Amino acid sequence: MKLDAKIPTGDLKDKWKNYQSHCRLINPANKRKLDIIVVGSGLAGAGAAATLAEGGYNVKCFCFQDTPRRAHSIAAQGGINAAKNYQNDGDNTWRMFYDTLKGGDFRSREANVYRLAELSAPLIDHFAQQGVPFAREYGGVLANRSFGGVQVQRTFYARGQTGQQLLLASYSQLSRQIAAKKVQMFSRHEVQEIVVIDGKARGVIVRDLVSGELSRHSAHAVVLATGGYSKVFFLSTLAMNCNGSAIWKAHKKGALFASPSFTQIHPTALPQGSETQSKLTLMSESLRNDGRIWVPKNKDEKRAPNDIPEEERDYYLERRYPAFGNLAPRDISSRAAKERIDAGYGVGPLKNAVYLDFKHSIARLGKDTIKSRYGNLFEMYLKITGIDAYTEPMKISPAPHFSMGGLWVDYELHTTLPGLYAIGECNFADHGANRLGANSLLQASVDGYFILPLTIGNYLADDLKTGKISTDHAAFSEAEASVKNKFEKIINNNGTKTVDSLHRRLGKIMWQECAMSRTKEGLEKAIREIRELREEFYKEVKVTGKIQEFNQELDKASRLVDFLEMAELMCVDALERNESCGAHFREEYQTSDGEALRNDESYSYVSAWEFKNVGNFILHKEELKFEFVQPSVRSYK
Amino acid sequence: MKINFKIWRQNNSKMKGHFKVYPLENITADMSLLEALDLLNEELVEKGETAVAFDHDCREGICGQCGIFINGRAHGPHDNQTTCQVHMRSFEDQSTIVLEPFRANAFPIVKDLVVNRSSFDRIIQKGGFISANTGGAPEANSIPIGKERADYAMDMAACIGCGACVATCKNASAALFTSAKINHLNALPQGNEEALSRTYNLVEQMQEEGFGHCSFTGACEVECPEHIPLTSIAKMNFDYMKAVAFKK
Repeated sequence: MKLDAKIPTGDLKDKWKNYQSHCRLINPANKRKLDIIVVGSGLAGAGAAATLAEGGYNVKCFCFQDTPRRAHSIAAQGGINAAKNYQNDGDNTWRMFYDTLKGGDFRSREANVYRLAELSAPLIDHFAQQGVPFAREYGGVLANRSFGGVQVQRTFYARGQTGQQLLLASYSQLSRQIAAKKVQMFSRHEVQEIVVIDGKARGVIVRDLVSGELSRHSAHAVVLATGGYSKVFFLSTLAMNCNGSAIWKAHKKGALFASPSFTQIHPTALPQGSETQSKLTLMSESLRNDGRIWVPKNKDEKRAPNDIPEEERDYYLERRYPAFGNLAPRDISSRAAKERIDAGYGVGPLKNAVYLDFKHSIARLGKDTIKSRYGNLFEMYLKITGIDAYTEPMKISPAPHFSMGGLWVDYELHTTLPGLYAIGECNFADHGANRLGANSLLQASVDGYFILPLTIGNYLADDLKTGKISTDHAAFSEAEASVKNKFEKIINNNGTKTVDSLHRRLGKIMWQECAMSRTKEGLEKAIREIRELREEFYKEVKVTGKIQEFNQELDKASRLVDFLEMAELMCVDALERNESCGAHFREEYQTSDGEALRNDESYSYVSAWEFKNVGNFILHKEELKFEFVQPSVRSYK
Repeated sequence: MKINFKIWRQNNSKMKGHFKVYPLENITADMSLLEALDLLNEELVEKGETAVAFDHDCREGICGQCGIFINGRAHGPHDNQTTCQVHMRSFEDQSTIVLEPFRANAFPIVKDLVVNRSSFDRIIQKGGFISANTGGAPEANSIPIGKERADYAMDMAACIGCGACVATCKNASAALFTSAKINHLNALPQGNEEALSRTYNLVEQMQEEGFGHCSFTGACEVECPEHIPLTSIAKMNFDYMKAVAFKK
């Protein structure tokens, strides 16, 4: 298979304009004849559904939550980047493009990343117009702060709740289109299968999570906006119900899966406290702007953190990366924390954390300033741990957080399955091997509001005469039967093990061998264990209740089926990439001082995997050509 | 810790429900209440019984999906906190914890502790937005908004739509929820153009959905995880009167 990313011609700064000038358009009267299914109602999905409906398309939107306002975009705390240069600190589109490309360790496409930076400024205008209460200065202009991995202040924010405010803005626009009857919204409905007719995505099979009924929905195109898959690790910062099922179903129907092993471990989550823990809570990375990270210099430190004098503290990020210090990118900060913890300097009861200390910034800026910047985060920390972080350092620890990998898409966000699009975190597109802080809200929004609503027309222009797609087609019956079969198999299985107990074990395998650092040996072992666990799942899983009812255990089991297959591909991909880049760190490939050793000669490509059958994947490569920048070795020293 | 969970079990909206008591051991003080329920559910499934249904998602107190009436209080023993942020250290060892769904006519029960809050969505659909399409927005700094105004809008916009205000209100009023959205958008110059019609339409829809009236007992502001104050309702009522006088 030849992968064509369909990058428009011309200079980097002209590519998107050239595309806009030459893509095919559909007039509003014709858009009324076209149906589009949007799966997911987060920032990407709600933005796309609302904007497609504004344009005139008939949209059906599905989400598994009780209302579209709950999607996990809501939990992003820190902010959204935009190259506005409001702070007059030398920022511009090129610099933001370069920071993002470099942050991703040169494993993403120049043209995509440039477009991301280019569309960031109008996106802020858009959200301000939609009523997002961004932080402001007293004179009324927008405020900014700096964020992990950059040297300029380009991050816009709404307290520590930026994701919530952007999501609620897109939810309100979606609500407006629901009221206008241009979007039909299906809450508590989960997509179970993608329906393919004559090689094109033409619909979905959906399960009503309240009644358990299956239903068929057809459309001229299907857009997946289903978020990330880091819940494969069981313990993660993701919402409990996040899953990778829709993209995995799409993958099995022919959409290539790109860079599956590129998953980001966030440096500032709360450490795991016990075995029964279900979820790791993220503390916003913005805390690193004013907090200093350290561990004791003494391995067997017994004293309370405030009793440890300055000279016995190791501010290891400032020591190793003096230019960026506590603001070093996420992968570097996470790995540095793991290095200290593994070396025996970890703090807390399980010795699995490092300190994040505000003593110095409170002394410098006053408690009130710190409170106005991070008040809600300190409050959250107090609620969870019972500790007052104004007087005692926080304890933080790395946790799975974001997946850069996802369905392979071209410049138009089109997957290799015609008529199927992937937007937001569920595609692989813009972040390369590592995502910079405050770029995820940006990518989800830009994909959903600005890019997809235009590019999808270029495909749908051929469908003006197609007419309604019938759900009586054999492909719908087959897809529905296979879904029915899956649920019956699970519910009738008379096993002994709960879904959570099996998922927890999968998570352990993945965290051990396919998270912050990986080895050939470990990955091969993980693949064997995943295969065994998959067999055990089918023999031993136990789900009570019925199919035809609200049954959360059954929902979880069905998602775990897909994670058990996806996990293997993540390991296969990590094993194939004999280099270290971004979040992918192979212990065999590192410099003498422990930094990642990238290999551009052999691995400057996007790995795009084709599904043959379970456990059998074929690699296709999209070569990354750097025409405008020279990939450099990332140095944050 | 050892806890007796007394939980409301109800198969669906049509069937009658009842309380059932489940003793649970091996609970630690640092566990969240929802993690204890996860543990209980694992035990129930192992015994072949059906798991207790409860809504939850982010478990960070921001998505608003969780919501249980715990020992007679919406979201449990603490003020201004979501259910997912309640930890077992808040309860006495050997005690009984009573778990019920959020009760309101406008929140029909789905199953066990899960209710349907789509009435909130229908309120928002009546005008909880700014009528501006994607594209063509003016440069963000061309409309200055003073810090205090922006902060006020943010205070109001912070509502997570959990429904605790309704659940705790003796009238099952959605006034706190509705006023928060109205005040957020009306406070901003972008949203002010539609202020009167928005206020009127949202309040009308709130009544249409079967939520009661506000009688200013202030129970809602005690439970609201985002500290939306009671004065928010007073502001809405003032604007509603204006809307009735000038718009209608």
